[in-house]
Amino acid sequence: MHNPQLNAHGELTHLLSIEGLPRAVIIHILDTASSFLKVSHRDVKKVPLLRGKSVFNVFFENSTRTRTTFEIAAKRLSADVINLDVTRSSTAKGETLLDTVDNLVAMHADMFVVRHASSGAPHLIADHLRRVGRDNVHVVNAGDGRHAHPTQGLLDMYTIRHYKNDFANLVVAIVGDILHSRVARSDIHALTTLGAAEVRAVGPQTLLPSAIEKMGVRVCHDLRTGIRDCDVVIMLRLQNERMNGALLPSAREYFRCYGLTPESLALAKTDAIVMHPGPMNRGVEIDSDVADGPQAVILPQVTFGIAVRMAVMGILAGN
Amino acid sequence: MTAEPIRSPTELPDAETQCVQLAELIRPRLYPETVLVGIHSGGVWVARRLHELLDLETEIGLIDVSFYRDDYRERGLHARVKPSSIPFDVEGRALILVDDVLYTGRTTRAAINELFDYGRPASIQLAVLADRGRRQLPICADFCPWRVDLDPSHELVLSAEASGRLQWSLEQHA
Repeated sequence: MHNPQLNAHGELTHLLSIEGLPRAVIIHILDTASSFLKVSHRDVKKVPLLRGKSVFNVFFENSTRTRTTFEIAAKRLSADVINLDVTRSSTAKGETLLDTVDNLVAMHADMFVVRHASSGAPHLIADHLRRVGRDNVHVVNAGDGRHAHPTQGLLDMYTIRHYKNDFANLVVAIVGDILHSRVARSDIHALTTLGAAEVRAVGPQTLLPSAIEKMGVRVCHDLRTGIRDCDVVIMLRLQNERMNGALLPSAREYFRCYGLTPESLALAKTDAIVMHPGPMNRGVEIDSDVADGPQAVILPQVTFGIAVRMAVMGILAGN
Repeated sequence: MTAEPIRSPTELPDAETQCVQLAELIRPRLYPETVLVGIHSGGVWVARRLHELLDLETEIGLIDVSFYRDDYRERGLHARVKPSSIPFDVEGRALILVDDVLYTGRTTRAAINELFDYGRPASIQLAVLADRGRRQLPICADFCPWRVDLDPSHELVLSAEASGRLQWSLEQHA
Protein backbone atom coordinates (compact mmCIF):
# COMPACT_ATOMS: atom_id res chain seq x y z
CA MET A 1 0.00 0.00 0.00
CA HIS A 2 1.19 3.52 -0.81
CA ASN A 3 2.43 5.27 2.31
CA PRO A 4 2.05 9.02 1.73
CA GLN A 5 4.86 9.79 4.19
CA LEU A 6 7.53 7.80 2.38
CA ASN A 7 9.12 8.43 -1.02
CA ALA A 8 9.79 5.81 -3.69
CA HIS A 9 12.92 4.69 -1.79
CA GLY A 10 11.02 4.16 1.44
CA GLU A 11 12.55 7.28 2.99
CA LEU A 12 10.59 9.71 5.13
CA THR A 13 9.60 12.70 3.01
CA HIS A 14 6.63 14.07 4.99
CA LEU A 15 5.75 13.61 8.64
CA LEU A 16 1.96 13.40 8.77
CA SER A 17 1.22 10.83 11.44
CA ILE A 18 3.00 8.28 13.59
CA GLU A 19 0.44 5.73 12.50
CA GLY A 20 2.04 3.67 9.77
CA LEU A 21 5.60 4.79 10.47
CA PRO A 22 8.01 1.86 10.56
CA ARG A 23 9.72 1.30 13.89
CA ALA A 24 13.14 1.86 12.29
CA VAL A 25 12.11 5.34 11.11
CA ILE A 26 10.96 6.32 14.61
CA ILE A 27 14.20 5.03 16.13
CA HIS A 28 16.25 6.89 13.52
CA ILE A 29 14.47 10.14 14.40
CA LEU A 30 15.03 9.60 18.14
CA ASP A 31 18.72 8.73 17.62
CA THR A 32 19.28 11.76 15.40
CA ALA A 33 17.52 13.95 17.98
CA SER A 34 20.00 12.94 20.65
CA SER A 35 22.79 14.36 18.49
CA PHE A 36 20.88 17.58 17.99
CA LEU A 37 20.27 17.87 21.72
CA LYS A 38 24.01 18.44 22.18
CA VAL A 39 23.96 21.25 19.61
CA SER A 40 21.57 23.24 21.81
CA HIS A 41 24.10 23.07 24.65
CA ARG A 42 26.83 24.72 22.64
CA ASP A 43 27.87 28.31 22.49
CA VAL A 44 26.77 28.48 18.85
CA LYS A 45 23.44 26.64 18.85
CA LYS A 46 23.25 26.25 15.08
CA VAL A 47 24.32 23.77 12.44
CA PRO A 48 24.38 24.65 8.74
CA LEU A 49 22.23 21.74 7.54
CA LEU A 50 19.25 23.72 6.19
CA ARG A 51 21.18 26.81 5.14
CA GLY A 52 19.35 28.56 2.32
CA LYS A 53 16.15 26.55 2.81
CA SER A 54 12.85 28.28 3.50
CA VAL A 55 10.60 26.78 6.13
CA PHE A 56 7.06 28.15 6.22
CA ASN A 57 5.14 27.83 9.46
CA VAL A 58 1.57 27.78 8.19
CA PHE A 59 -0.78 27.86 11.14
CA PHE A 60 -4.45 27.73 10.30
CA GLU A 61 -5.11 27.33 14.02
CA ASN A 62 -3.42 29.37 16.68
CA SER A 63 -0.61 27.85 18.72
CA THR A 64 2.15 30.10 19.86
CA ARG A 65 4.07 27.41 21.68
CA THR A 66 4.22 24.81 18.93
CA ARG A 67 4.95 27.42 16.30
CA THR A 68 7.78 28.84 18.40
CA THR A 69 9.41 25.46 18.96
CA PHE A 70 9.31 24.71 15.23
CA GLU A 71 10.72 28.15 14.55
CA ILE A 72 13.59 27.65 16.99
CA ALA A 73 14.30 24.20 15.58
CA ALA A 74 14.37 25.46 11.99
CA LYS A 75 16.58 28.40 12.95
CA ARG A 76 19.03 26.10 14.74
CA LEU A 77 19.29 24.24 11.44
CA SER A 78 20.09 27.61 9.78
CA ALA A 79 16.88 27.67 7.73
CA ASP A 80 15.03 30.86 6.95
CA VAL A 81 11.71 30.74 8.78
CA ILE A 82 8.58 32.53 7.68
CA ASN A 83 5.63 32.54 10.08
CA LEU A 84 2.22 32.91 8.52
CA ASP A 85 -0.85 33.51 10.59
CA VAL A 86 -3.16 32.49 7.77
CA THR A 87 -6.26 32.54 9.92
CA ARG A 88 -6.02 36.32 9.95
CA SER A 89 -4.97 36.86 6.34
CA SER A 90 -5.52 34.75 3.24
CA THR A 91 -8.07 32.33 4.63
CA ALA A 92 -10.07 35.18 6.10
CA LYS A 93 -10.20 36.66 2.61
CA GLY A 94 -11.62 33.45 1.22
CA GLU A 95 -8.55 31.76 -0.27
CA THR A 96 -8.67 27.96 -0.27
CA LEU A 97 -6.09 25.88 1.54
CA LEU A 98 -4.50 24.59 -1.65
CA ASP A 99 -4.39 28.03 -3.27
CA THR A 100 -2.51 29.27 -0.22
CA VAL A 101 -0.10 26.35 -0.59
CA ASP A 102 0.42 26.99 -4.33
CA ASN A 103 1.23 30.62 -3.61
CA LEU A 104 3.81 29.67 -1.01
CA VAL A 105 5.34 27.08 -3.35
CA ALA A 106 5.63 29.85 -5.94
CA MET A 107 7.72 31.70 -3.33
CA HIS A 108 10.06 28.69 -3.31
CA ALA A 109 9.10 27.15 -0.01
CA ASP A 110 11.11 24.02 0.85
CA MET A 111 9.08 22.88 3.83
CA PHE A 112 5.67 23.51 5.33
CA VAL A 113 4.96 23.10 9.00
CA VAL A 114 1.17 22.92 9.12
CA ARG A 115 -1.29 23.26 11.94
CA HIS A 116 -4.95 22.95 11.02
CA ALA A 117 -8.22 22.48 12.87
CA SER A 118 -9.35 19.88 10.32
CA SER A 119 -8.02 16.36 10.52
CA GLY A 120 -6.22 15.40 7.32
CA ALA A 121 -5.28 18.90 6.12
CA PRO A 122 -1.48 18.20 6.09
CA HIS A 123 -2.16 14.96 4.23
CA LEU A 124 -4.22 16.89 1.67
CA ILE A 125 -1.31 19.31 1.17
CA ALA A 126 1.25 16.50 0.78
CA ASP A 127 -0.99 14.78 -1.70
CA HIS A 128 -1.48 18.00 -3.63
CA LEU A 129 2.28 18.64 -3.78
CA ARG A 130 2.79 15.17 -5.23
CA ARG A 131 0.12 15.72 -7.86
CA VAL A 132 1.59 19.05 -8.97
CA GLY A 133 5.07 17.50 -9.15
CA ARG A 134 6.52 19.26 -6.10
CA ASP A 135 7.90 16.18 -4.38
CA ASN A 136 10.87 18.21 -3.20
CA VAL A 137 8.66 20.22 -0.83
CA HIS A 138 8.16 18.58 2.55
CA VAL A 139 5.23 18.73 4.96
CA VAL A 140 5.36 18.39 8.73
CA ASN A 141 2.09 18.00 10.56
CA ALA A 142 2.14 20.29 13.59
CA GLY A 143 -1.31 19.09 14.71
CA ASP A 144 -4.43 18.45 12.69
CA GLY A 145 -7.87 18.37 14.29
CA ARG A 146 -8.27 15.38 16.58
CA HIS A 147 -6.11 13.25 14.30
CA ALA A 148 -2.40 13.54 15.02
CA HIS A 149 0.41 15.59 16.49
CA PRO A 150 3.34 13.44 15.46
CA THR A 151 6.23 15.61 16.67
CA GLN A 152 4.63 15.78 20.13
CA GLY A 153 4.29 11.99 20.06
CA LEU A 154 7.94 11.66 19.05
CA LEU A 155 9.18 14.04 21.73
CA ASP A 156 7.13 12.12 24.28
CA MET A 157 8.86 8.92 23.11
CA TYR A 158 12.23 10.66 23.30
CA THR A 159 11.45 11.72 26.87
CA ILE A 160 10.34 8.24 27.89
CA ARG A 161 13.40 6.63 26.32
CA HIS A 162 15.65 9.20 28.00
CA TYR A 163 14.38 8.31 31.47
CA LYS A 164 13.41 4.65 31.02
CA ASN A 165 15.88 3.50 28.31
CA ASP A 166 13.61 0.85 26.89
CA PHE A 167 9.92 0.43 26.11
CA ALA A 168 9.64 -3.33 26.50
CA ASN A 169 8.44 -3.53 30.11
CA LEU A 170 6.79 -0.16 30.42
CA VAL A 171 3.30 0.55 31.64
CA VAL A 172 2.14 3.96 30.43
CA ALA A 173 -1.03 5.72 31.57
CA ILE A 174 -2.50 8.49 29.42
CA VAL A 175 -4.92 10.47 31.54
CA GLY A 176 -7.62 12.96 30.65
CA ASP A 177 -9.44 14.21 27.60
CA ILE A 178 -8.42 11.51 25.16
CA LEU A 179 -11.48 12.11 22.99
CA HIS A 180 -10.28 15.51 21.76
CA SER A 181 -6.56 14.79 22.00
CA ARG A 182 -4.39 14.32 18.93
CA VAL A 183 -1.43 13.98 21.30
CA ALA A 184 -3.02 10.91 22.88
CA ARG A 185 -3.54 9.29 19.48
CA SER A 186 0.04 9.95 18.41
CA ASP A 187 1.36 8.66 21.73
CA ILE A 188 -0.71 5.49 21.54
CA HIS A 189 0.48 4.70 17.99
CA ALA A 190 4.09 5.39 18.93
CA LEU A 191 3.98 3.35 22.14
CA THR A 192 2.37 0.43 20.34
CA THR A 193 4.94 0.56 17.54
CA LEU A 194 7.82 0.74 20.01
CA GLY A 195 6.44 -2.20 21.98
CA ALA A 196 5.38 -0.76 25.34
CA ALA A 197 4.04 -3.55 27.57
CA GLU A 198 0.78 -1.80 28.41
CA VAL A 199 -0.88 1.47 27.49
CA ARG A 200 -3.82 2.63 29.57
CA ALA A 201 -6.38 5.22 28.55
CA VAL A 202 -7.69 6.82 31.72
CA GLY A 203 -10.60 9.24 31.83
CA PRO A 204 -14.34 9.65 32.21
CA GLN A 205 -16.56 7.84 29.73
CA THR A 206 -17.51 11.16 28.14
CA LEU A 207 -13.87 11.98 27.28
CA LEU A 208 -12.83 8.62 25.86
CA PRO A 209 -13.48 7.84 22.20
CA SER A 210 -15.70 4.84 21.61
CA ALA A 211 -13.91 1.65 20.61
CA ILE A 212 -10.54 3.04 21.76
CA GLU A 213 -9.71 -0.51 22.93
CA LYS A 214 -9.17 -1.33 19.28
CA MET A 215 -6.02 0.81 19.38
CA GLY A 216 -4.58 -1.75 21.78
CA VAL A 217 -5.07 0.17 25.03
CA ARG A 218 -6.65 -0.80 28.31
CA VAL A 219 -9.48 1.51 29.35
CA CYS A 220 -9.79 2.68 32.97
CA HIS A 221 -12.44 5.05 34.22
CA ASP A 222 -10.90 5.24 37.65
CA LEU A 223 -7.70 7.27 38.05
CA ARG A 224 -6.37 5.18 40.93
CA THR A 225 -6.75 1.94 39.02
CA GLY A 226 -5.35 3.61 35.93
CA ILE A 227 -2.07 4.81 37.36
CA ARG A 228 -1.39 1.97 39.79
CA ASP A 229 2.12 0.58 39.27
CA CYS A 230 2.69 2.47 36.05
CA ASP A 231 6.09 3.77 34.91
CA VAL A 232 4.94 6.80 32.98
CA VAL A 233 1.95 9.11 33.50
CA ILE A 234 1.06 11.35 30.58
CA MET A 235 -1.43 14.00 31.68
CA LEU A 236 -3.46 15.72 28.99
CA ARG A 237 -4.65 19.28 29.08
CA LEU A 238 -8.34 19.70 29.80
CA GLN A 239 -9.43 22.33 27.33
CA ASN A 240 -11.58 24.96 28.97
CA GLU A 241 -14.07 24.94 26.13
CA ARG A 242 -14.96 21.34 27.03
CA MET A 243 -16.41 22.62 30.28
CA ASN A 244 -19.26 24.36 28.52
CA GLY A 245 -20.90 21.26 27.11
CA ALA A 246 -22.39 18.31 28.84
CA LEU A 247 -19.10 16.40 28.97
CA LEU A 248 -18.07 17.46 32.47
CA PRO A 249 -19.84 18.88 35.49
CA SER A 250 -17.10 21.36 36.52
CA ALA A 251 -13.34 21.88 36.70
CA ARG A 252 -13.39 21.29 40.42
CA GLU A 253 -15.26 18.04 40.01
CA TYR A 254 -12.86 16.95 37.29
CA PHE A 255 -9.85 17.70 39.50
CA ARG A 256 -11.41 15.72 42.34
CA CYS A 257 -11.79 12.63 40.13
CA TYR A 258 -8.95 12.88 37.61
CA GLY A 259 -6.51 15.54 38.83
CA LEU A 260 -3.05 14.15 39.48
CA THR A 261 -2.13 14.83 43.11
CA PRO A 262 0.83 13.60 45.19
CA GLU A 263 -1.57 11.07 46.79
CA SER A 264 -2.71 9.56 43.51
CA LEU A 265 0.80 9.65 42.03
CA ALA A 266 1.98 7.62 45.02
CA LEU A 267 0.10 4.67 43.52
CA ALA A 268 2.41 4.64 40.51
CA LYS A 269 5.91 3.15 40.72
CA THR A 270 8.21 5.20 42.91
CA ASP A 271 10.38 6.12 39.91
CA ALA A 272 7.43 6.93 37.64
CA ILE A 273 7.77 10.07 35.53
CA VAL A 274 5.00 12.61 34.94
CA MET A 275 4.64 14.21 31.53
CA HIS A 276 2.35 16.91 30.14
CA PRO A 277 2.29 18.37 26.62
CA GLY A 278 1.49 21.86 27.97
CA PRO A 279 0.11 24.32 28.52
CA MET A 280 -0.87 23.04 31.97
CA ASN A 281 -4.00 23.89 33.87
CA ARG A 282 -2.80 23.74 37.44
CA GLY A 283 -5.56 22.66 39.77
CA VAL A 284 -7.60 21.19 36.91
CA GLU A 285 -5.71 18.18 35.58
CA ILE A 286 -2.57 18.45 37.67
CA ASP A 287 -1.74 19.62 41.18
CA SER A 288 1.06 22.16 41.50
CA ASP A 289 2.90 19.89 43.93
CA VAL A 290 3.12 17.27 41.18
CA ALA A 291 3.83 19.71 38.35
CA ASP A 292 6.76 21.17 40.28
CA GLY A 293 7.72 17.92 41.97
CA PRO A 294 10.74 15.67 41.41
CA GLN A 295 8.90 13.21 39.18
CA ALA A 296 7.73 15.83 36.68
CA VAL A 297 9.72 15.93 33.42
CA ILE A 298 7.52 18.54 31.77
CA LEU A 299 10.27 21.11 31.14
CA PRO A 300 12.76 18.53 29.80
CA GLN A 301 9.99 17.59 27.34
CA VAL A 302 10.16 21.12 25.98
CA THR A 303 13.94 20.94 25.56
CA PHE A 304 13.77 17.53 23.90
CA GLY A 305 11.01 18.84 21.65
CA ILE A 306 13.40 21.26 19.94
CA ALA A 307 15.92 18.47 19.25
CA VAL A 308 13.21 16.12 17.96
CA ARG A 309 11.86 18.79 15.61
CA MET A 310 15.39 19.50 14.38
CA ALA A 311 15.80 15.78 13.68
CA VAL A 312 12.50 15.57 11.80
CA MET A 313 13.26 18.59 9.63
CA GLY A 314 16.88 17.52 9.10
CA ILE A 315 15.84 14.05 7.96
CA LEU A 316 12.95 15.24 5.74
CA ALA A 317 14.94 17.93 3.97
CA GLY A 318 17.65 15.42 3.07
CA ASN A 319 15.24 12.97 1.45
CA MET B 1 26.75 1.77 -1.98
CA THR B 2 27.76 -1.86 -2.06
CA ALA B 3 31.41 -2.53 -1.58
CA GLU B 4 33.28 -5.78 -1.44
CA PRO B 5 36.79 -6.55 -0.24
CA ILE B 6 39.36 -7.20 -2.92
CA ARG B 7 42.87 -8.59 -2.75
CA SER B 8 45.19 -5.62 -2.27
CA PRO B 9 47.95 -5.12 -4.84
CA THR B 10 50.48 -4.60 -2.10
CA GLU B 11 50.41 -5.72 1.47
CA LEU B 12 48.60 -3.10 3.58
CA PRO B 13 50.68 -1.79 6.47
CA ASP B 14 49.93 -2.59 10.08
CA ALA B 15 47.65 0.13 11.46
CA GLU B 16 48.75 -0.39 15.06
CA THR B 17 52.42 0.19 14.14
CA GLN B 18 51.32 3.30 12.26
CA CYS B 19 49.56 4.62 15.37
CA VAL B 20 52.89 4.36 17.23
CA GLN B 21 54.66 6.15 14.37
CA LEU B 22 52.00 8.86 14.34
CA ALA B 23 52.35 9.36 18.11
CA GLU B 24 56.14 9.79 17.69
CA LEU B 25 55.59 12.39 14.97
CA ILE B 26 53.26 14.35 17.27
CA ARG B 27 55.24 13.99 20.53
CA PRO B 28 57.95 16.65 19.88
CA ARG B 29 55.30 19.19 18.96
CA LEU B 30 52.92 18.70 21.88
CA TYR B 31 51.94 21.64 24.04
CA PRO B 32 50.86 21.03 27.60
CA GLU B 33 47.41 22.25 26.60
CA THR B 34 47.07 20.13 23.45
CA VAL B 35 43.86 18.14 23.10
CA LEU B 36 42.86 15.55 20.53
CA VAL B 37 39.58 15.57 18.61
CA GLY B 38 38.73 12.36 16.75
CA ILE B 39 36.35 12.28 13.79
CA HIS B 40 33.79 9.45 13.90
CA SER B 41 34.39 6.62 13.65
CA GLY B 42 37.93 5.72 12.44
CA GLY B 43 39.39 8.97 13.71
CA VAL B 44 38.03 8.32 17.20
CA TRP B 45 39.77 4.94 17.36
CA VAL B 46 43.07 6.51 16.28
CA ALA B 47 42.62 9.41 18.73
CA ARG B 48 42.06 6.93 21.58
CA ARG B 49 45.34 5.14 20.67
CA LEU B 50 47.23 8.43 20.52
CA HIS B 51 45.75 9.55 23.81
CA GLU B 52 47.12 6.38 25.41
CA LEU B 53 50.51 6.44 23.68
CA LEU B 54 51.10 10.13 24.40
CA ASP B 55 49.82 9.81 27.95
CA LEU B 56 47.59 12.88 27.61
CA GLU B 57 45.53 14.04 30.55
CA THR B 58 42.66 15.91 28.91
CA GLU B 59 39.83 13.74 27.65
CA ILE B 60 39.59 13.46 23.86
CA GLY B 61 36.83 15.17 21.91
CA LEU B 62 34.61 13.27 19.50
CA ILE B 63 33.12 14.85 16.44
CA ASP B 64 30.50 13.62 13.97
CA VAL B 65 30.46 15.91 10.97
CA SER B 66 27.07 14.72 9.60
CA PHE B 67 25.44 18.08 10.30
CA TYR B 68 28.25 19.93 8.50
CA ARG B 69 28.79 17.74 5.42
CA ASP B 70 28.59 19.41 2.02
CA ASP B 71 26.92 16.38 0.43
CA TYR B 72 23.83 16.49 2.70
CA ARG B 73 21.74 17.50 -0.30
CA GLU B 74 22.72 14.27 -2.11
CA ARG B 75 22.94 11.90 0.81
CA GLY B 76 20.55 13.21 3.45
CA LEU B 77 20.78 12.15 7.08
CA HIS B 78 20.78 8.39 6.89
CA ALA B 79 23.73 6.93 8.68
CA ARG B 80 23.37 6.85 12.39
CA VAL B 81 24.66 10.17 13.64
CA LYS B 82 26.71 9.98 16.82
CA PRO B 83 26.54 12.97 19.12
CA SER B 84 29.61 15.17 18.97
CA SER B 85 31.20 15.52 22.37
CA ILE B 86 33.73 18.23 23.13
CA PRO B 87 34.26 17.92 26.90
CA PHE B 88 36.60 20.92 27.17
CA ASP B 89 36.57 24.61 26.34
CA VAL B 90 37.74 25.00 22.73
CA GLU B 91 38.45 28.70 23.22
CA GLY B 92 42.21 29.33 23.01
CA ARG B 93 43.15 25.61 22.95
CA ALA B 94 45.67 23.89 20.70
CA LEU B 95 43.66 21.16 19.00
CA ILE B 96 44.82 18.20 16.96
CA LEU B 97 42.10 16.89 14.70
CA VAL B 98 42.53 13.14 14.18
CA ASP B 99 41.18 11.07 11.30
CA ASP B 100 42.00 7.71 9.79
CA VAL B 101 42.18 8.69 6.11
CA LEU B 102 42.75 12.08 4.48
CA TYR B 103 41.41 12.10 0.92
CA THR B 104 39.35 14.91 -0.64
CA GLY B 105 39.66 17.11 2.46
CA ARG B 106 35.91 17.66 2.68
CA THR B 107 35.49 15.85 5.99
CA THR B 108 38.31 17.92 7.48
CA ARG B 109 36.64 21.10 6.24
CA ALA B 110 33.36 20.07 7.88
CA ALA B 111 35.14 19.21 11.14
CA ILE B 112 36.95 22.56 11.28
CA ASN B 113 33.67 24.39 10.72
CA GLU B 114 32.01 22.43 13.51
CA LEU B 115 34.90 23.06 15.92
CA PHE B 116 34.60 26.79 15.40
CA ASP B 117 30.97 26.58 16.52
CA TYR B 118 32.31 25.54 19.93
CA GLY B 119 34.69 28.49 20.16
CA ARG B 120 37.89 29.95 18.71
CA PRO B 121 40.78 27.54 19.14
CA ALA B 122 44.36 28.84 19.29
CA SER B 123 45.30 26.38 16.55
CA ILE B 124 44.10 23.26 14.78
CA GLN B 125 46.53 20.70 13.40
CA LEU B 126 45.65 17.59 11.46
CA ALA B 127 46.90 14.08 12.22
CA VAL B 128 45.96 11.14 9.97
CA LEU B 129 47.11 7.55 9.58
CA ALA B 130 46.90 7.62 5.79
CA ASP B 131 46.99 10.35 3.15
CA ARG B 132 45.52 9.26 -0.17
CA GLY B 133 46.25 12.51 -1.99
CA ARG B 134 43.77 13.73 -4.66
CA ARG B 135 42.65 16.67 -2.53
CA GLN B 136 39.71 18.82 -3.59
CA LEU B 137 40.39 21.53 -1.00
CA PRO B 138 43.56 23.32 0.17
CA ILE B 139 44.11 21.09 3.20
CA CYS B 140 47.18 19.09 4.22
CA ALA B 141 48.11 16.90 7.16
CA ASP B 142 50.58 18.10 9.80
CA PHE B 143 51.30 14.55 10.96
CA CYS B 144 51.05 11.49 8.72
CA PRO B 145 53.08 8.27 8.65
CA TRP B 146 51.75 6.88 5.34
CA ARG B 147 51.15 8.43 1.95
CA VAL B 148 49.50 6.16 -0.57
CA ASP B 149 48.04 6.57 -4.02
CA LEU B 150 45.00 4.44 -4.67
CA ASP B 151 42.60 4.20 -7.54
CA PRO B 152 39.47 6.30 -6.81
CA SER B 153 37.32 3.17 -7.11
CA HIS B 154 39.05 1.82 -3.99
CA GLU B 155 38.03 2.71 -0.49
CA LEU B 156 40.61 2.46 2.25
CA VAL B 157 38.77 1.32 5.37
CA LEU B 158 40.02 1.22 8.94
CA SER B 159 38.15 -1.21 11.17
CA ALA B 160 38.46 -2.41 14.74
CA GLU B 161 38.57 -6.16 15.35
CA ALA B 162 36.67 -7.66 18.26
CA SER B 163 39.91 -7.47 20.26
CA GLY B 164 40.01 -3.72 19.55
CA ARG B 165 43.00 -4.11 17.23
CA LEU B 166 42.91 -1.70 14.29
CA GLN B 167 43.45 -2.94 10.75
CA TRP B 168 43.25 -1.70 7.19
CA SER B 169 41.25 -3.22 4.39
CA LEU B 170 40.65 -2.21 0.81
CA GLU B 171 37.15 -2.24 -0.64
CA GLN B 172 36.10 -1.68 -4.20
CA HIS B 173 32.96 0.20 -5.12
CA ALA B 174 30.55 -1.87 -7.18
